[in-house]
Order: sequence, then structure tokens, then C-alpha cells
Amino acid sequence: MNVLRTWVLTLFILLLWSGVARAELTIEITKGQQGGLPIAIVPFGWQGAGVAPPQDIAKIVTADLERSGRFDPVATRDLLARPTDGSQVNFRDWRLVGAPHLVVGKVSAVGDNYTVQFQLFDVYKESQKTGYTFQVKEGELRAIAHRISDIIYEALTGEKGAFGTRIAYVTSTVWQANNVRYYALYVADIDGYNPQLIIRSKEPLMSPAWSPDGRKLAYVSFESRRPVIMVQDVFTAQREKVAAFSGINGAPAWSPDGTRLAMSLSKDGNSEIYVMHVAGGRLQRLTEHLAIDTEPAWSPDGRKLVFTSDRGGRPQIYRIAADGGKAERVTFDGRYNARASFSPDGKRITFINGDGNVFRVAVMELATGNVQILTNSRLDESPSFSPNGSMIIYATEHANRGVLAAVSLDGRVQQRIQLQEAGDAREPVWGPFTK
Amino acid sequence: MNVFAKGTVVLLSSMMLWGCSSTPKTTTAPVAGTQTTAPVSTPTTSTMNDTDMNAGARMATDELSDPNSPLAKRTVYFDFDKSDIKPEARQVIEHHSKYLSANSSTRIVLQGHGDERGTREYNLSLGERRARAVQQVMTLMGVSPSQLELVSYGEERPAAMGHDEGAWALNRRVELVY
Repeated sequence: MNVLRTWVLTLFILLLWSGVARAELTIEITKGQQGGLPIAIVPFGWQGAGVAPPQDIAKIVTADLERSGRFDPVATRDLLARPTDGSQVNFRDWRLVGAPHLVVGKVSAVGDNYTVQFQLFDVYKESQKTGYTFQVKEGELRAIAHRISDIIYEALTGEKGAFGTRIAYVTSTVWQANNVRYYALYVADIDGYNPQLIIRSKEPLMSPAWSPDGRKLAYVSFESRRPVIMVQDVFTAQREKVAAFSGINGAPAWSPDGTRLAMSLSKDGNSEIYVMHVAGGRLQRLTEHLAIDTEPAWSPDGRKLVFTSDRGGRPQIYRIAADGGKAERVTFDGRYNARASFSPDGKRITFINGDGNVFRVAVMELATGNVQILTNSRLDESPSFSPNGSMIIYATEHANRGVLAAVSLDGRVQQRIQLQEAGDAREPVWGPFTK
Repeated sequence: MNVFAKGTVVLLSSMMLWGCSSTPKTTTAPVAGTQTTAPVSTPTTSTMNDTDMNAGARMATDELSDPNSPLAKRTVYFDFDKSDIKPEARQVIEHHSKYLSANSSTRIVLQGHGDERGTREYNLSLGERRARAVQQVMTLMGVSPSQLELVSYGEERPAAMGHDEGAWALNRRVELVY
């Protein structure tokens, strides 16, 4: 009996462990890289117990910069030397390698106190561009690696890096243990690591939306057998029901100041756009039309919303002032334009453009009305901008599975992000910058 | 042999328990119960599936349980991005409307669904519009609105899992759930 108990416990732990691994994502770059800026990133030196530090900082930084599409890191085997700080650097070596920039660094540890140092050099000017030293615990090493990527990215592109941000996404998987389909909402680092389960249910979950401070997620849950809007704290897991009117409670979207949630409610007969004041729950109705009005999204200045409506016969994007009024049509090309959201600078929207057979990620420049289709897949969904505006993350179908994908704003770089285990991933939303 | 069997039972139930207890501990929400109509989940461990037995008991004496009755057809289908009731759908709705008019204490749920094309929230609204279209026809045929509950699942609960028109046609539907 004791043996059995031990065995059950072992199995339990194994299952629990596999439950964690299940959510992990793998990223594969599927298009482009040409034109990336060469950069040499030398494996970091190590002084501490064991043969290697618990995280390979240089490897994480290399993967981050490569994924951005803006850089083309030199393969480790092509590195002519392994300096770990500036005093060991012979710039001539690195000019031979053809890398205008060089990153070196080292990690040391006393107990759980880690010191991470890195320097970024301009190989041609033979000078240091930037360099930092961090004191962290073991659990923060990945975060520090992403921070280093951010610093390098910003120093060399002039644009803020978003490597330390997180994504939320929904999974749908059938568990082998009981052959039941589960829906789950996860949050993970943007490189797919550190998946954190937010909520799991046998009933569908959809439409996750980050609060502007990155602390909360609003989402739609069918746990009560109908669509209800929940808001959950990502750190404490505390949650509350914020909209459970009769009919559909869907498409939550936080205002940029975090005080209001736009949503689509059908309590008065069909889907209309409402704004709810989060404190107190006061509702303001923005649209009144027999057509479907849904998928609201705020402009970054909080003054306007775009939404999807089929008031013209087919779904198209419309714009309305945040305090209501007359809606104006924004999209005119294509039979199906839906689920728009703004770029961080408010100059563009990304949305799904379709003709009934293919549905692709599109970007419109609002000043000119110019539309560019960024993908050539078949069943794209849920596009949204990265917080620095350089990439768009979306969901698509690949080899009969729902996968996440990202594309650079110029369409040049594409990546596919998929669950390591069987099952579908969908509805990615890129979280905000956090302090 | 006996010990082995016992072990298997303990194992099985611990797996089920694990399935339930692995929702985030800090939230109060339990994993929602089993569903009668989910086409995507057919549990092989049928011992836990008490809802099937209930359904069987309830329909035992009724024409609802007769597979040859016109009432056995409980799904109506739609065209892409449309909620118009097609002629063949009208027939299905008519049979159920007659039954519901004659059995005024019976309530059903009209479950609206869509195919995976297009965006999820738009499809959620479209599923509701389809359910409402069926509701309208039924009330015109004399069914009391209080007998009809509407819910849309959008594209979240496909009846067929493929990514082609064959599957999509089966997914653009309203299910009449007794």
C-alpha cells in the first residue's frame, strides 16, 4: 500500500510536471533575416560553483536579437576569440569576422547572489557603446538577459526593446489522461519561457486583454455556460465577474488609462459597443444599430475607438469618439475587415482582411488609408502590435494546428510560435512595457 | 490481480482528481462540469459521465427519443456570414415548433455556432444572430419565448475539426438542445 502511494505520488508529480511543460512554446523563424545587422555575441564567462551558470545569458540575448529580425548574430563557432571583458578584446579579430558590434560579458556567483556584467563595443571605432553590471538572484537571470537584449537593441536601433514583455494566449488541448478538452489562458515570456497558467476550464475561454499596467487580464469565460467577462489579477490570481448581462458579454478592451473597459454586449437585443467604468460598473452605450457591433479597441490617446460592424452588409472597421456620436467607416478594401487594434503611436491599425476564403493580417496607415497585407497564410486571427510597434503578433493555422505567429511591420521577418505538446494555441496578446 | 485492479482504480481516480485540482489554487472557480452536447469531447472513461444517463432517462418515454422521428434532427445549418433560415432548416424548425407548442412545459436551448473563418468575437455575435433567427421563426410558429433560451458559442465549439468547407459547413449551425 505504501509502495502504491509512493507510486501514485510519483505519477502525480510527473503529470504535474508534464502539465507545465505542455504549455511551453517553441519559436521558429519562418521567413527573412537577410539585411539584419551582424553582431558578435561571445559566450559569457563564468566564475562560480559548477561548470556553467544556470542560464546561458549570451544564448538568450542571441535568440532575442535574432528573433527581432533586425540583427544577424554571428554563429558561435565563427567567433575568433572568447574575451569576457573589454581588456581582452582585440578589435582586429572582430573586424575580420565582419561584425560591426561585439557583446562580451561574464557571470559570477556567491551562493544565490549573481553578478552579471556586459559590454557592447563598436568594433570600428574601437570604443564601448554601453555596459552594465547587475546584481540578481538565480530566478532573475532570464529577465536580466532580456534586459541586456533591450539595452543592446535600443543602443543600436534607437527603438525601445520589448524583450522583457510577456504575451497572454489561449490554448485548447485534449488531455490524454481523461480524453477531455481543456481550454486554458496562459501568460509567458515573449520567447515562450516561464508559462504561467491563469485559468483552465472545460468550457471555452476567449478574448484576453491586458490592463495598461500589465497587472490584470480581462477575458471572456464560458464557465457558466454563457459568455461572461472576468477580470483577473495576474499576480494574485484574484478575479471578479465584471459583466454578466443576458446575452453576449464579449470583446473586453481596456482604456489606455485603465479606468474603463470597452465591450460588446447584446443585452438589448444585439451586439452593441459599451464602455464600463471599472470602479462602480457604470455603463455607457456607444452604438445603437441593428447590425453586429463588436471588437472595440481604443486609440492610444483614449479619445477614439475602432470596432467591427456589419452595418454596411459585411463586417468592416468603423471609428467612433470615446463618448459616442456618429460612427465613420475606416476600411473599404475587401469583403471582410475585422478586429482592428491601434499601433502604440496611434498612426496605424492592424486588422484581419479577408475575402471569404483567406483571412490575413493587414496594416492601414490612418493618415493615407494605405493598406498593406503582411502575411500570405489562410486563416489568420487576432493581430496586435508589440508595445514598441515593431512587430505584430497573431494566430494562424499551420499543419492542422492553431499556432501563434509574429511578423515585422515591414513583413520581412516572420516567426511561428507553437505549443510543444499537441493542441492549439490562439488569441495572443502582447503585454505592455512594465517598469 | 485484485491488487492490480485496485491500484488501477486508485490511479484513475487520482488522475481525475488531479484534473480537477489543477485549476489555479488561488481562484475559487471550479472546472466547469461535463457537457451533454460537446461534440469535441467524447470521454472514454464513461463511468464519470452521469449526464448521459440523465438524458437517457428523461427521453425514454418520449417521441424525442425515437431515432426515426423528425424530431431526431436537431441541427440547422447556415451559409458563411449569414443567418438566413434556409428552406431545409425551416422544416426542421417546424417539427420542433409543433412539439414545443404541444408541450409548453418543455424548454430548449438554441445554441448558435460559426465556422472558424474570420474573427472570434464577430463569430460570437454571428452565432447569436443565428440562434435569434431560429427563435424568431419558432415564436412565429407559436412557441412561447419563455421556452427558448439563446446562447452563442461562436467558433469555440466546432462540431467538425477540419479546416475545409466540409468541416465549416457542419460548424455553421444552430443546435436545438432539449
